[in-house]
Amino acid sequence: MPNPVTNVLIVGVGGQGTLLASRILAQVARQLGHDVKVSEVHGMAQRGGSVVTQVRFGQRVYSPLIAQGEADVILAFEKLEALRWLPYLKAGGQVIINDQSVDPLPVLTGAAKYPEGIPEKIQEVVPNVVVLNATELAIQCGNVRAANVVLLGVLTRLLGFDETVCLQALAKTVPPIALAINEQAFKLGMAAVK
Amino acid sequence: MRELLLGNEAIARGAYEAGVTVATAYPGTPSTEIIEQITRYPEIYAEWAPNEKVALEVGIGASIGGARTLVAMKHVGVNVAADPLMTFAYTGVNGGLVLISADDPGMHSSQNEQDNRLYARFAKIPLLEPADSQEAKDFVKLAYIISEQFDTPVMVRVTTRLAHSQSLVELGEREKIKLKPYTKDAAKYVMLPGYARTRHVKVEERLLALAAYAEQTPLNRIEWGDRSVGIITSGVVYQYAREVMPTASFLKLGMTNPLPKKLITEFVQGVDRVYVVEELEPYLEEQIRSWGLKVTGKQVLPVVGEFNPELIAEKLLGQPPVEVYQVEENVPARPPVMCPGCPHRGVFYVLNKLKLKVTGDIGCYTLGALPPLNAIDTCICMGASIGTALGMEKARGREFAQGVVAVIGDSTFVHSGITPLIDVVYNRGTTTVIILDNGTTAMTGHQDHPGTGVTVDRQPTHQLDLVKLVEAIGVQRITVVDPFDLTRMESVVKEELAAAEPSVIIARRRCALLDKPADLKLRIDPEKCTGCRLCLRLGCPGLELRDKKVRINETICVGCQLCTQICRLNAFEKVGGQNA
Repeated sequence: MPNPVTNVLIVGVGGQGTLLASRILAQVARQLGHDVKVSEVHGMAQRGGSVVTQVRFGQRVYSPLIAQGEADVILAFEKLEALRWLPYLKAGGQVIINDQSVDPLPVLTGAAKYPEGIPEKIQEVVPNVVVLNATELAIQCGNVRAANVVLLGVLTRLLGFDETVCLQALAKTVPPIALAINEQAFKLGMAAVK
Repeated sequence: MRELLLGNEAIARGAYEAGVTVATAYPGTPSTEIIEQITRYPEIYAEWAPNEKVALEVGIGASIGGARTLVAMKHVGVNVAADPLMTFAYTGVNGGLVLISADDPGMHSSQNEQDNRLYARFAKIPLLEPADSQEAKDFVKLAYIISEQFDTPVMVRVTTRLAHSQSLVELGEREKIKLKPYTKDAAKYVMLPGYARTRHVKVEERLLALAAYAEQTPLNRIEWGDRSVGIITSGVVYQYAREVMPTASFLKLGMTNPLPKKLITEFVQGVDRVYVVEELEPYLEEQIRSWGLKVTGKQVLPVVGEFNPELIAEKLLGQPPVEVYQVEENVPARPPVMCPGCPHRGVFYVLNKLKLKVTGDIGCYTLGALPPLNAIDTCICMGASIGTALGMEKARGREFAQGVVAVIGDSTFVHSGITPLIDVVYNRGTTTVIILDNGTTAMTGHQDHPGTGVTVDRQPTHQLDLVKLVEAIGVQRITVVDPFDLTRMESVVKEELAAAEPSVIIARRRCALLDKPADLKLRIDPEKCTGCRLCLRLGCPGLELRDKKVRINETICVGCQLCTQICRLNAFEKVGGQNA
């Protein structure tokens, strides 16, 4: 069955701003005339746990859920989470990895080891991988918390979205006081991939 | 105008457009956003009730008073509200009343997976199950019409996946609904046995009328496709099945109590093979089978856990799971943790250190059960910790009770901890209770409650005084402690456990996400740190092990200094210290 729906899985750690990123992306898809469904994670998983948000858009979207092996893009805010959710990527799909690690509790206490060389290991099996340090780019813009919007810039460039529409969606979603920094972060993200 | 709305936002919008004027709830994932969104509409009076039973009782009063009313709760909340619900089903309504039950298949943030469709059947009230945000809004509006037409409360059941998914919704105008006149009618609203007997007859008549309605309402619709396979389904699961089997015939049930027997029979007879695709209980399946119709459901589909499209494809179409990218690597789990600076951490550290048995409750502090704190023995439901501790004492005696403490949050204590504490005093228990008072309902996202002195729309109100309340219950040993003061915390816990009477310790400090506990930086002197890992027993994300020594993650640490207090080597230092 041909699948006319684009599936984006946004993964990270509670508190990293994945939810806001998914809302902006959904706003963009909507302005481009797509049917959109977004599935979010709330509650327990927000407290430093692994979080995943699913954005699906296309002419007609039924399920808000993305199946294993069906994500066109995995946007990972943290390396370990890219690894955890990799089975959701479809054959030939794209992975975007923020080169950042946030140690989970078992690693902090020495009960488990944080795997080494995650981007390289993913690159060995997946052809399309972009690795960048969005956190550093966000610091350049003046706020480390804008890393989510940097990553959104990368994503929208790779999806080929119109920059003006994206900036409009950003303005609709981000509080006015933080808009300038976020716009800059978005542009840095766009520029980070060609 | 079409807007992207969360299922819960759409429910709030539906209430607004339906002319609702009273809305009440107790927060609980995945239902919480409904009331939060309703506060955007000044036309609607909204409130946080202390618990779901009270919320429904307020709702019942508003309905009898003539207003269209919304009451929202999570699935386990309906257990708390079940008592008034069963009888409200008899009295019926004046202004329409919709009860939202937000169920949690997959237990994303709940202690069980109960299927509340059975409650609607139990209470003999109509049940609607929307499948996306648009339907959530439309069904809520229609539910008010059904409620008033058939003189009944209506349950609208959503699940986490719908409550927390966004999809496009066409917005409408608010209907002008007048408050219905109130007339005294004891035979309808006073459920003395004599009156209730006549109301039960009405309930049965109403069910028949509703069953006839179910046959012709557009809420239930057949979508004919390939006649070799038919799917009977409801709720968000419809979307999964539709995506997996785009050409099959569907009977999409939007109203699932009572069921349309004729429509279902017609559908079953119109296709070669029928699957009932439903999450959790075989709720539809068992009723359909009881009519002698042949359907397949739980023989092939699981009764446990949340569904998704791939599961349906695998079980119904026999599609093998797709081959996926995999990296040979041990991916460490990432469990949720108590936040850096969380006031509960110090309490659990002490309880763990003293090797106490701890009866737990529902809230952020339930995370105290996880390693490395491992400090909770039981967790059943809202308010159960205190009664459970008393039960342990009655079963195993006074000496055992000296090693047992009950922990309960401030919001949870107000919700349902007061009555068991009365029981402790009344029945001569010696239970030690720690009220973890962080000044909010933290787990669901910082909602106010009677103890915070603020209403849902941020207006100041009378602040419940926990000390005076506990005193009035008859507890004479009450101590307020700062949970960051580990030495005092430990000595108070020991002292109260030894006392041969009930005690309440109020461990009071605001949630770390509301107030930064301290504004100072800490560092660890690598010369002094021997890597003994004692501080790591706090389970604080601000401390990390690097090259066999502990280091402070400065971006996360808030300077609460719990670690400073337990380090035996004085390896922690304040940097550029401001006052703690």
